[in-house]
Order: sequence, then C-alpha cells, then structure tokens
Amino acid sequence: MALVLNEEQTLLNETAAQFFKEQVPISNLRKLRDSSDAFGIDRSVWKECANLGFAGVMISETHGGSSFGPIGLGLILEQSGKTLSATPFISTVLLCGSAIQLAGNSTQRQEYLPAIAAGERICALALEERAHHNPTHIETTATQTDDGFSLNGTKTFVLDGHIADQLIVAARTSGAPTDQHGITLFLVSPKSEGVTIERTLMADSRNAAKITFTDVKVRDADVLGSVDGGSDVLDPVLDMGRIGLAAETLGLIQAVFDQTIVYLKERKQFGEVIGSFQALKHRAAEMFSEIEVCRSIVLEALTALEEKRNDVPHLASLAKAKLAEVSRLVTNEGLQMHGGVGMTDEYDLGLFMKRARVAAVTLGDANFHRDRYATLSDY
Amino acid sequence: MSTLEEFRKETRDWLEENCPQSMRTPMGDNEEPWGGKNASWPNPDSKVWLDNMASRGWTAPTWPKAYGGGGLGKDEAKILAQELRAIKARPALLSFGIWMLGPALLEFASEEQKLKYLPQIVRGEIRWCQGYSEPGAGSDLAGLQTSADDKGDHYLVNGQKIWTSYADYADWIFCLVRTDKTVKHAGISFLLIDMETKGVETRPIKLISGSSPFCETFLTDVTVPKENLVGELNKGWTIAKRLLQHEREMISGMGIGGASSGSGGRPEGLAKTYSGEKDGKVADAALRDTITRHKMDGHGFLLTLQRSAAETKAGQNTGAASSMFKYYGTELNKRRFEIMLEAMGTDGLGWEGDQFSPSELGTTRSWLRSKGNSIEGGTTEVQLNIIAKRVLGLPD
Repeated sequence: MALVLNEEQTLLNETAAQFFKEQVPISNLRKLRDSSDAFGIDRSVWKECANLGFAGVMISETHGGSSFGPIGLGLILEQSGKTLSATPFISTVLLCGSAIQLAGNSTQRQEYLPAIAAGERICALALEERAHHNPTHIETTATQTDDGFSLNGTKTFVLDGHIADQLIVAARTSGAPTDQHGITLFLVSPKSEGVTIERTLMADSRNAAKITFTDVKVRDADVLGSVDGGSDVLDPVLDMGRIGLAAETLGLIQAVFDQTIVYLKERKQFGEVIGSFQALKHRAAEMFSEIEVCRSIVLEALTALEEKRNDVPHLASLAKAKLAEVSRLVTNEGLQMHGGVGMTDEYDLGLFMKRARVAAVTLGDANFHRDRYATLSDY
Repeated sequence: MSTLEEFRKETRDWLEENCPQSMRTPMGDNEEPWGGKNASWPNPDSKVWLDNMASRGWTAPTWPKAYGGGGLGKDEAKILAQELRAIKARPALLSFGIWMLGPALLEFASEEQKLKYLPQIVRGEIRWCQGYSEPGAGSDLAGLQTSADDKGDHYLVNGQKIWTSYADYADWIFCLVRTDKTVKHAGISFLLIDMETKGVETRPIKLISGSSPFCETFLTDVTVPKENLVGELNKGWTIAKRLLQHEREMISGMGIGGASSGSGGRPEGLAKTYSGEKDGKVADAALRDTITRHKMDGHGFLLTLQRSAAETKAGQNTGAASSMFKYYGTELNKRRFEIMLEAMGTDGLGWEGDQFSPSELGTTRSWLRSKGNSIEGGTTEVQLNIIAKRVLGLPD
C-alpha cells in the first residue's frame, strides 16, 4: 500500500499548493460571487490548470492527458479545496472525462478528450433528478426514433451545467424508474433544440443548473457506452467523483482546522489566549485525530483507484461518508471557536462551511454512503 | 532467491517442525502463556512452544542476540509474524517484560543490567508487573509518593502502588519511586524490585466485570540493592514517559484488534442474530447505521495505523502519534462493546448461569472491562492534552 507519497507526488503536491494559493486564492471565489459573474468560474485560471496538466490527469497520454494518475488527482483536488478554488474539475475531469475515457469509442475519445485535457471544453453530467442522490432512479426518458432517440425529462443540480460546452445525459431506455438496468448515457450538445438551461445559485457560489429536455433529438452515434448499460459506466465514474470530492474536502477541512488553531493561539480573553483553555484544547485534539483518519482514508481510496482494486466502491463510500461527517464537525467547531467573527462574511469560515455542505451532498451524502457501505459489506 | 525469501523458507520449515500442532488452535481459558517462576502449563505443549521460540530469541524477535533476542531486522520480523499468522500459531509468550520493560531497558539500562534481565524476559522465566500509579497519583502520575530513601548501600522503599496488573502472579516489579521530595518530575527514579523481598505484599482488586486483573501492592520497609536502579538517579521520569508510549501502542491496537474475533464476534453478525435480518441486511435500520458509523471509524483507524507504520519506515514519523492511537483506539473499543450490547438486548446483559451462552456472558464482562481502556495507560483526557500540547502547540 502506498500510504506515503513518492518524490514525484511530493513535487506535484507542492506545485499544486503553490498554484492554487497564488493563482486561485479564496479572494477569487469572492470576486466571482460578489460580481455575480455570469460564468461562475475564471476560465483563464482553468486554462492555466490545463497547462500544468491538471485537466488531463485522468486522460491517457495518447489523448493529450498527463500521467499523474489518481493519487496525483487527489493531491491536486486537496490543494484546490484549501483555497475553495472554483474550477470545473469535478464535472469536466472527474465525471465526464473519465466517462468518455472509460466508455467512449475512438471517435468520441478523439473528439472530446484532447479538448478536455487542454482546458478548452467544459462538460457536465446531467444525472440527478431530485434533492437526494440516486443514480439508478432515472425518470428522464430516451425513446427510440427512426434515426436515434428523443429525450424528455428534467435534471437538477447539474454541476457546471449552465456553462458546459457538452452534456452527458443519463436517460432511461428501458425498465422501471428505479431499475439499475436500462439507463443509457448520451452525449448531447447544450445548444440542441429542446434543451432549456437555468442556472441554480447554490450556497457555495459554485456552478449548478437545472436542465429540461423536451423532445431533444439525439443520434445513435451519440450513445456513450452501450444502450441500457449506462450504470456500468456510471458506477466507476461516480466512485471516482466521490473520491475526488473527498480529496477536495480533505483540503477544505485542513484549511479550516489550521486557521482555527492559529486563531486559538492569538485570540485573548480573560487575559489568556483561548487555546490554553482545556474545553477548547480537547475539542481541537479530537478534530486532529479525526482529520488523521480522514487523510488515511482518502489516500487509501486514491491508492485503490490507482491499483484498480475491487474495493474501490467500498472505499469511495467510506471516504465520502467519513469526510462529510468530519467536514461538518470541523466547520461547525471552527466557526464556534472563532466566535462572533466567524459569523461575519468577511471571515472565510462561512465560505468553507457552505462549500463543505454542498460537497457533502454531491454524489451522495453520508447517509447514502453508510447504507451503501453496509450493503457492500453484506449486512 | 533473495535473502528475505530464504529467510521466509527457513522460518516456515523451522515453524513446521517446532510449533506443536495444539499451539495452532485457538487458546483456551487459563492457557495464556505468561511465564514466570510460578507459571502453570495446563497444556504442556505451551511450554515446549515457548522454549522453542525462546531458543531462537523469537519471543523478542528484534532485540539484539547479545541479550537473548532474535536479532532480526524489521523486514525479517515482519516475515516471522506473517508466517506465525499463516499457521495460526498462538503467541509463545505474553509478557509485560517484552512489551514494556524490555524496550526501556534496551534504551536506558547499564550493560550489566541488560545482560542480567533481558535474557530472562526472552525466555519467560521472570514475570514482570508495573508499579506506576498510586492511590493519590493517577492522571497526575508524577505526583507519586512512594519513597526510596538512600541508606548507603541500599534503598529503603515505602509506599503503595495500585492497578499493578497481575502483581499477584508477578516475580518482579518495575517501579517509579520518589528519590527527591523537593522537586516533582525531577525527583523520580526507576527501580526494579524482587517481589519476594520482605515487606512486599499484594492484594487483588475486584473490578465491575467481576474479574481481578489488577492488584494493590504495598511496600513496607523494602530493602532494594542500589544496583537495581535503572538509568540515573532522579531521571526516572524520562524512562517512565517512554515506557508509557510503549504501553499506549500496546493498548491502542484493541479498537480494531478485537473487531473480528473473540468476545462474541462482530457487531453486524450479532445484530443479525439477535435483532433480526431482512434480505441479508440488519433489519433495524437505526442499529445498522450505528454499526456502520463505528465500522467506518474502525476502518479509517486501521488505515491510519498502517499509514503511520509506512511513514515510520520512510523516516517521516512525528512521534506524538501514539497518543492519538491510544485515544482513538480505546474509544472505538468502548463503542464496539456498547453496540454489541445494543444488538444483543437482554441476551447481552446476563451475569451468570446456563440461560446464557459462554460467549454472551463473556460479552457482558468484556463490555464492562472495556470501560477501563480509556483510563489505563493514561486517560483519554491526558492523551488529548498531549496532542494539544505536542502536536498542535497549544499553550498550557
């Protein structure tokens, strides 16, 4: 098991840390939020990410990708989490990029992957249909026509949906609304006739959208993977996304914790720094221990991805659930320990808390993943 | 074949020949091989197995050969452990001497002391107990009062120790004693005392679980030769801290160590058996979620132990980790027993009699015993203090 980073990974970690700290600090997110930026991300920053090879991290080198692999990906996401960097990483690289890499035919790969790796194309996965993640409950339909399919339905919480150059849509081609079998993935242009996109403004100031499909025509050639076999693609792709989100959350947690410890050493009340009070010390030490456990889980999950192990689903659910719980603990405690200033918009704690909650429900909340972990463990 | 592969093969062959068949079966009650002068061997194979292992120094595989140890490198020791596991071998020796005292002696004792005490420990000839806590010195261990007065050619020891594990079976005790009453930490020394010396008395303490693994030990005008002092006079606190670190590491493994065996099995299995199963799942959704929260924390903790080991190997260890492990591992273990009880309902709360199976009764007792985990070897609160101070740098 590679629970320790090698030299190349350590270097990548440093590069990523420096990049996000200098090029995409939290002030970047504030600016996008406060100016009600229509795009919601800084496209030039994304191009820079691509230049460093970050956008091609899950894409094979033949298609212009970099060779950092899952552990490299985790490191990049962890660092991006520390500064709440708004990038289309999850949507474009983790979800759509790996879906096309995994299930695309050679034409599709050639068309999309180099453009994703170059940071030139943003893609979004239109999957969810209700407030809780459920990748097999798909009511959006794709009915067979003479020359392809016709899509009808509504998707919610489509990450980067309103800025995507390309959509991947999960629709039902057969079976009952909750069947695992019978889901098909389609590559759909957002400019197609019958596609209506509304931006959804979320608490974390990151991009999401509601997308309605009304008799949208899709060609047979735009099926990604096999008809009715969408879940076979979605399962590993979603796990990749979950592990990536966990890595991002790890960075977020670490940043909040580090900031809180600094504050505990500075803030004075009753003539003493508040970090000398045992009521706070013990809670800080408990958080430290939980974060250590989180770090081990994330590293192991990334390692399992890298080694293509069969316990990836297990570890993805472990990571997603545990990191969600600890991010809740650390953002709540961090805010409480900061006292009144933690409640102000000027301090970053609120931004971290909002991102933590949105990341926690993305691709399945802690309840979803505990249930899945238990099922995978045969109880 | 690489040297390590050769070592593996040799080890396997040797174990095949030297590990009695009955030592490859689960250990029965009263069969724990603690050694010592008064050791009893209900199964004579236990003694054979101990002697065979001790002859190669493999009861303490990484200790130097000069002191009776196996002289193995880390990789070889790992192979030995793997091969022992592979044949389901019982431990040849359970020993506070090996887990706690030995490492401290290796670091702090004189050459003469090492040569005298370590080989006895390796062979399981002397059973040791620990004289640390006192009635008035628990978490504030350095407040201990048991005194060792300098009488020229010997020390005269007076005081009382408490929570001395298995003192009623031990041959010798390693003690923290006060050799300077004017200062706190800097007035403590580390002394080895033969329990047969006049003035040493022990009395077992009955616990809430019904068992008596601990004793009170009374020391009244006990004469101890000066050569039994380990390390420098008044420098015992340094040894004490290091030894506590070994103890914490020993205890912290319990949170996951017991997860798959002993004391009635896994919480999810118990939940299915005692509270019901539906479509292969624990029927009670709330209980199932409680179990999963615990399992996930246990899984993450196990990975953290592995990560720490990997970091140590790569020379990156921070050292303060043992406090986190002790805190997290013992709290996990306590939770595990609470969940087992929750799963078993009234069947998990029987005290004695035929209406309950031995494993049910064992679970009740183990649940009660587990409460001590976050107290012994430094309380959870003390561990959190250590993390706050050493790792997080929060001020006193």
